[in-house]
Amino acid sequence: MASYVVNTKEQREKMLAEAGINEKSFYASIPQDVMLQRPLNLPKGKSELEVLRHMKHLANQNTVYDVVLRGAGSESHFIPAVVRQLSGREEFVTAYTPYQAELSQGILQSIFEYQSSICAITGMDACNASVYDGASAVAEAVNMTSDRKRTIALIPKSVNPETLETVKTYTQWLPITLKEVEIKDGKVDVESLKSLLSTETACLVLQQPNFFGILEDVEGLAKLAHEAGAKVIVSANPMTLGVLKTPREQGADIAVGEAQPLGLPMSFGGPYLGYMATTTDMVRRLPGRIVGQTLDLDGKRAFVLTLQAREQHIRREKASSSICSNQAHCALTAGMYLAAMGPQGLKDVATQCTSKAHYLFKQLSTLGFKLRYDSSFFHEFVTDGPLPSFKVEEVLSNHGILSGLPLDDTGILWCVTETSTKDDLDRVVAILKEVLA
Amino acid sequence: MSKLIFELSSVGRRCSELPPLDVELVQIDEALTRQSAPSIPEVAEVDLVRHYMELSRQAFGVDNGFYPLGSCTMKYNPKINEETSSLAGFAHIHPLQPESTVSGALRSMEELSSALCEVTGMDAFTLQPSAGAHGEFTGLLLIHAYHQHRNDLKRTKVLVPDSAHGTNPASAAMAGYSVISVPSNDKGGVDVEALKSVLNDEVAALMLTNPNTLGLFDPNILEISRLVHEAGGLVYYDGANLNAIMGIARPGDMGFDVVHLNLHKTFSTPHGGGGPGSGPVGVKSCLVPFLPKGTLHPTEKKLTVSSEFPIGRMRSFYGNFLTNIRALTYILSLGAEGLKEASENAVLNANYMMAKLSDLYPVAYVSPCMHEFVVSCQKLKDETGITAKDVSKALLDYGIHPPTMYFPNIVHEALMIEPTETESKETLDRAIEVLREIHALAYTNPQVLLDAPTTMPIKRVDDVLAARHPILKYTPEEAQ
Repeated sequence: MASYVVNTKEQREKMLAEAGINEKSFYASIPQDVMLQRPLNLPKGKSELEVLRHMKHLANQNTVYDVVLRGAGSESHFIPAVVRQLSGREEFVTAYTPYQAELSQGILQSIFEYQSSICAITGMDACNASVYDGASAVAEAVNMTSDRKRTIALIPKSVNPETLETVKTYTQWLPITLKEVEIKDGKVDVESLKSLLSTETACLVLQQPNFFGILEDVEGLAKLAHEAGAKVIVSANPMTLGVLKTPREQGADIAVGEAQPLGLPMSFGGPYLGYMATTTDMVRRLPGRIVGQTLDLDGKRAFVLTLQAREQHIRREKASSSICSNQAHCALTAGMYLAAMGPQGLKDVATQCTSKAHYLFKQLSTLGFKLRYDSSFFHEFVTDGPLPSFKVEEVLSNHGILSGLPLDDTGILWCVTETSTKDDLDRVVAILKEVLA
Repeated sequence: MSKLIFELSSVGRRCSELPPLDVELVQIDEALTRQSAPSIPEVAEVDLVRHYMELSRQAFGVDNGFYPLGSCTMKYNPKINEETSSLAGFAHIHPLQPESTVSGALRSMEELSSALCEVTGMDAFTLQPSAGAHGEFTGLLLIHAYHQHRNDLKRTKVLVPDSAHGTNPASAAMAGYSVISVPSNDKGGVDVEALKSVLNDEVAALMLTNPNTLGLFDPNILEISRLVHEAGGLVYYDGANLNAIMGIARPGDMGFDVVHLNLHKTFSTPHGGGGPGSGPVGVKSCLVPFLPKGTLHPTEKKLTVSSEFPIGRMRSFYGNFLTNIRALTYILSLGAEGLKEASENAVLNANYMMAKLSDLYPVAYVSPCMHEFVVSCQKLKDETGITAKDVSKALLDYGIHPPTMYFPNIVHEALMIEPTETESKETLDRAIEVLREIHALAYTNPQVLLDAPTTMPIKRVDDVLAARHPILKYTPEEAQ
């Protein structure tokens, strides 16, 4: 049995004697009826070797695909070795929230740098230290925009369905009404949007690229929302921002999103990283931790958790959110990833993703797969094809390839990243061709 | 002061490069593309490594030293946890893979859920909530759905003791409730008479931390939960302090209907400088029909089967999976006996420190404590001007992370000390000695304490300046 208790039995007895305390008295306030009268019904503790064996056995029951063509909120990207190695430093991994600034400048600075890089790629003025994931970031952003007069949030059906569900869940008991905007050709239907915008609209949420991989006309849609006096929340895949206009340039008042593509493994869905950035005038409505630059008593630059008057430990039930922790270690990793890639590297990743996605589509189209939506896409796209979607999934899976995500009987949402080679993509087409033959 | 990585940047410098593009280049429509590159750092690999190594030297984790940060359970994080959670079969699987290709992942979720059920005495768990506050929010949504489903629509209030974490009232507000504060009695527990006076058919739930934030187990717990139930409310358990009672007592046996745990506290997953944590929520059977989507279905063992009336979903996918893998690893390592041993030693270590300090640092509510205790520096402040903050800053110079300061709010000049079970007698003795020395210095040479820390990379920081003139990102002009 592993134990991380340090003191021996003799030392414990010595402690009791030295301090003049009695172990029985510690539990005197627990009513007898509540004391557990039996051992916990759990397996006996195991040695490290046994635990490792058990966990490896579980891990080996999961298929790790050589080629991953599935996205929908979790993407397979290359993670430089330097990011994996450096982020694992114990000082980062085993620290708590940096309450004591003097002892935590390294953590605070890493978050400040993360905030700065997120601001750089999104074009926004300020960023928080992160929230749980992209879906909850959108939900928190919606909460930021509503007030007594403006209580309606507009969300198109082209955002990730799990994001939509999360927003619904977060807002269900708040004075916020969600209205879904219809889509046309896989993107926001302008007429539907126009009919829904009113003086009560708090915000319009847009996902760029959207759930189907399609590039929305965010600028045009944002303009309509702004004309109605509403705020615009853009949920942008940060990887694409090496190439695409910043959310700010496209009209965002709040930029949010899932930053898992920035150096975090797919991890069966978590831990991930929700980034949130906004304009100067909305900073005080941001939820969660924020790191700011200040001076120490000697006038030296220093970093500290700031604008805490927004937060739960000060404001209690009047706080902007109950969030207390952030995803600091994921933020550190993403900041490191952005520095490792640099502007050119980020641009290369985005360019390779979009180029390879278009290549795969072109090859699939020779087999009779067609785009479901006639709109330009980035690195994800939906096909309807000559084979049932679950058949495609099964056949490719047998060859170590995770296909796109089956959306229904014929529809498949593909996602192609820089990790797939031309040979991989050609192999996909060859395998499917054989099935069709 | 370290340079910012932006100040190390040099145009054209590269660290990681991709292989050449092996398919035809596709350009996105120019109307949608950015005109100038984002100003993120341009550095070489060695620049990056040395920069972050320097930052790591200016960070302090539990691997660096004693971290008695009350309420946060900064126990040692076993290395095996990091190894199991980085196995490719866990780290590199897609959350939307066919379920038949992730049976080991589902099995791990099942093993963790059932172990947590046994430790807490609950009937089912959702692993989706990503942290304690997220768990609270989830639990309150479950409670809201429960009352709603019974057509019991009058319940608009949640009761929260005045000693509670700030997240409790904030989560209640997010779940659409107004918050009623319940005072503590003179022993630090819930004032039962005051509780009775606010209980009625408008109360949806009472949120309770037990042991509470004073480190005290409420002896009236059975009466408290009975009273709330009789009034038709549910009882919510904030599991921040579960580390005191594993294998000793279970919230499910105390009458709690819903609990959240902090796996990053009790179950040894590292805090990562503020997260990721994990805040699974356990429920009694009456709340099972409302569990969020993305929960491993308790009987079908599937992720795709939704509960009957799900509250929705708290985030994407199934929670902080790799954090949960670490917690499972820990539970398997310790087993039933080991978990109990951990709690017993956490309680012993806290009582030992309290006994050896309470003559100088008076305990707010005198009683044997559980895994942590709260002292007040009010007398010290009155006599010397030295505050809880000064004591904390002085500890930094001794290589000890300070306790939680100024919490709970009901104790003046509070220091909340939680040594955890993974610290040795020697470590505790030294911390006791240091705290006694600091106390003496307050009377003989208070200036030393007011000037502390002196051994850190920076002196005390100007919080007011940070808030009045927020600089929240790097700009060449603001960097001094």
